[in-house]
Amino acid sequence: MIAEAADEKPRDGGEGLTFWFLGLVLLIILPALNVLPSDDSWLHVSDFTLNRFGKFLAFAILALGLDLIWGYTGILSLGHGVFFGIGAYCIGMHLMLTIGTESVYGNDLPDFMVWNQVKELPLFWKPFYSFWVAVLGAILVPVFCALIFGFLAFRSRIKGVYFAIITQAVALSAWLVFNRNETNLGGTNGLTDFKQILGFRLSESGTQRALYVITVLALGGAYFLCRWIIQSRAGKVLVAIRDSEQRVFFSGYSPATYKLFVFVVSAGLAGLAGMLYVPQVGIITPGQIGVLPSLEMVIWVAVGGRGTLIGAIIGAVGVNFGRSILTNYFPELWPFFLGGLFIAVVLIFPDGLVGLMRRLTIGSVRKTLGLEKPSAASEGAQP
Amino acid sequence: MQGRELTGVKDRLGIGAIAGVAALALFVWGEFARAVEASAAPVLSVPSIAGPLALADVKALTERLASDDPAVHDQAFRIIIQTGDARFLVLLDEAVVDADRATRVAVKPVKDLLKNKLKLASETDDVRRSAAADLGTSRQLSAVPWLERAAANEPNRWVRYAMEESAALLQLTVGETVLKARAATILGELQSQNGLPALKEFVQQAASDPVSREANQPALRAAQGAIEQIELWSTWANVFETVFRGISLSSILLIMSVGLAIVFGLMGVINMAHGELMMVGAYATFVTQELFKAFLPPHLFDAYFLVALPVSFLVAGICGLILEATVIRFLYGRPLETMLATWGVSLVLIQSARVYFGDLTAVTAPAWLSGGAQVMVGVYLPYNRLFIIGLSVLCVTGIYVLLFRSNLGLRVRAVTQNRNMSACLGIPTRKVDAYTFAFGSGLAGLAGCALTLVGNVEPGLGQNYIVDSFMVVVTGGVGKLAGTIVAALGIGSLNKFLEPSFGAVYGKVFILVLVILFLQRRPSGLYALKGRQVD
Repeated sequence: MIAEAADEKPRDGGEGLTFWFLGLVLLIILPALNVLPSDDSWLHVSDFTLNRFGKFLAFAILALGLDLIWGYTGILSLGHGVFFGIGAYCIGMHLMLTIGTESVYGNDLPDFMVWNQVKELPLFWKPFYSFWVAVLGAILVPVFCALIFGFLAFRSRIKGVYFAIITQAVALSAWLVFNRNETNLGGTNGLTDFKQILGFRLSESGTQRALYVITVLALGGAYFLCRWIIQSRAGKVLVAIRDSEQRVFFSGYSPATYKLFVFVVSAGLAGLAGMLYVPQVGIITPGQIGVLPSLEMVIWVAVGGRGTLIGAIIGAVGVNFGRSILTNYFPELWPFFLGGLFIAVVLIFPDGLVGLMRRLTIGSVRKTLGLEKPSAASEGAQP
Repeated sequence: MQGRELTGVKDRLGIGAIAGVAALALFVWGEFARAVEASAAPVLSVPSIAGPLALADVKALTERLASDDPAVHDQAFRIIIQTGDARFLVLLDEAVVDADRATRVAVKPVKDLLKNKLKLASETDDVRRSAAADLGTSRQLSAVPWLERAAANEPNRWVRYAMEESAALLQLTVGETVLKARAATILGELQSQNGLPALKEFVQQAASDPVSREANQPALRAAQGAIEQIELWSTWANVFETVFRGISLSSILLIMSVGLAIVFGLMGVINMAHGELMMVGAYATFVTQELFKAFLPPHLFDAYFLVALPVSFLVAGICGLILEATVIRFLYGRPLETMLATWGVSLVLIQSARVYFGDLTAVTAPAWLSGGAQVMVGVYLPYNRLFIIGLSVLCVTGIYVLLFRSNLGLRVRAVTQNRNMSACLGIPTRKVDAYTFAFGSGLAGLAGCALTLVGNVEPGLGQNYIVDSFMVVVTGGVGKLAGTIVAALGIGSLNKFLEPSFGAVYGKVFILVLVILFLQRRPSGLYALKGRQVD
């Protein structure tokens, strides 16, 4: 742990470089390739691909938050799907309301309410007529929920396995509740069939491209926020809590406050991710917020490499990319692959892809150059 | 005052007049019927009552049943009901094979009645019982004497109960007005659940009908008393059954979580694949059943479950041993990573089961576990649930003996309390870990075997209960058997108690909130190990 803390600095420098490179590709080159070349050029990035990447990058925002709490602070939350879901449902409710009379039943109410014979819009739906309330709600409602739950959990020093289990139970309960029809959240079918956002048609590629760019920008913002947090003094305390909570406690800090803070931040990021996810994918169902999705989110971080911000992004994009390919060609194999990933990432490469690459590159560089300085090697290690 | 008296007298006069006219009408009708009977008698030969019936006679009877003339119909009806036996039933079936629709419609209720009458003398308790219940709703007053006669000789308490209940029910619904009060009282004393709707209907009818109100007054009062009595009783029966269901769910949770809790206490590891080891146990039971079906004579089939119990324990135990040796062994001291890895294992196991066995398979419960015991009126305890409760008691006793009365248990407890110290004292901690993990997995297998009695065998079987059993472990605390037992009982019964008023979903949410609040007061569960703890 001490050794790891020592090479924190150079790694950040390397990460920064990678980040700018990735940012350039994602923010400018991909959309440009979507717009500029003709449709049959090999350079052309289809609308579908761009949209898919938008989804992955929304997941990456969530992975950043999860990395903050698990990778840096050592708290395993198996309930982040809930925060993601709350954010997603907030914006989803707004989008449902903007459908207006374009819906199948031609009623002002969302279709599923007509179907369930709800005559009047429930009270808690009403504020979501406003776009800005929905956007703020998508971030603040998860934050508020995390605040209450985190306060109760950390105050009574629920930690480690206990915390993981309780959060998993929360995910299960939320899934059960969102599935019910009488909560007026669309039941098993969730919210879908959106038409427009702020007057722009969601089916148009221009709207989707704009959403993609917003997602990339939000990811960049989230990255800088997390980076700022972990480089601050508070960030050092977080890592210290991961390594020995008892010692932090005896040194006069209050671990519960720091943990609550980081939990709330990560919940907010999860809500943001959900908010960006919904208009791009066009549907949100309880199936995306239950126990298994929440666990998969943890695996993104683990695969990418926890304790490195860039790792979280790489993991989220990489695993989801692999998933969309594998479920397309071998749908039966995906659970085996995912299960294998869970086992392998814990047993064989605990530092994830980033750690693996660093180890490989350090090895090869050392072989060719004799004994290199580790800091320089790790700078060159980034792809 | 006077006016009312006068109208009262008038009423009485009116009733008297009606009764008189009715009596007269009945008399005339009776005479007429007798005349018709006399004229019709030659058509039906007399031997029908004395000697054995021929198919032609039965045919004639069925035709007379379909007759529009009530007297003809009634006579045929009486003959059939009084003389009918098993052979007659067969003839009756033959007789209507090529009859027209009207005849078949007319014969059907008579045949059912006769069938049930014959079934009252059956040797099987359940047949007698269901026949009595059927007669109760048949609205045929002629069934009352049969039921009463059968009840007098009935050895089985619950069958006798059904007979008495049906007799009273018939008297209440179609019997004479004078006997209704007694019938209602009997139904009330029997706490008859089946009688409740009929009583309510009777009260409603009698209260709304001004003509018969006077005559029905005593019966009405008796019926109202009976309704109150039955409703009070059914409330208590409900409470009793809820408690039973709670205990039954608790015992499933208990067998599941006790293994989980021991492993958690010993190694600090939550095995997320515990539910899948349960699934392995369930499939082991299924495979045992299939093997019995394929290779052994049918009369041995019911014994399969007794074989399946140890088989599922062993198979799941071996799976646990393999899991420990290949995955968990390398993750000591990293509980969070172990959770992820075991979750991966569970995904792989679920998908393997899905690919190999398909989505849904069912185990036939052995005959000696189907059915149930009736302990009191309205309370019926299924044998399979009783068996599961018994199994869980047995498991807990076994674990208690193993943990607190054996050498291995001593070591397990020592390692649970202080791993390093135990290792210094020469306890092979790794071996203890492996055996304990295998044992805990075996218990999961046993739980899976028990679950096949109450549900389908499917790949996702373990997922339904797993989060609940985690909650049990968290609430119960580490290292104490009592904690797990109390937590399992608490969460299981609470689940069933909240279900009726909150619904299953909100009940679960409510329990989660309760657990979180509970952990505020006792962060390490009900019974935490005392002592200094440093991580």
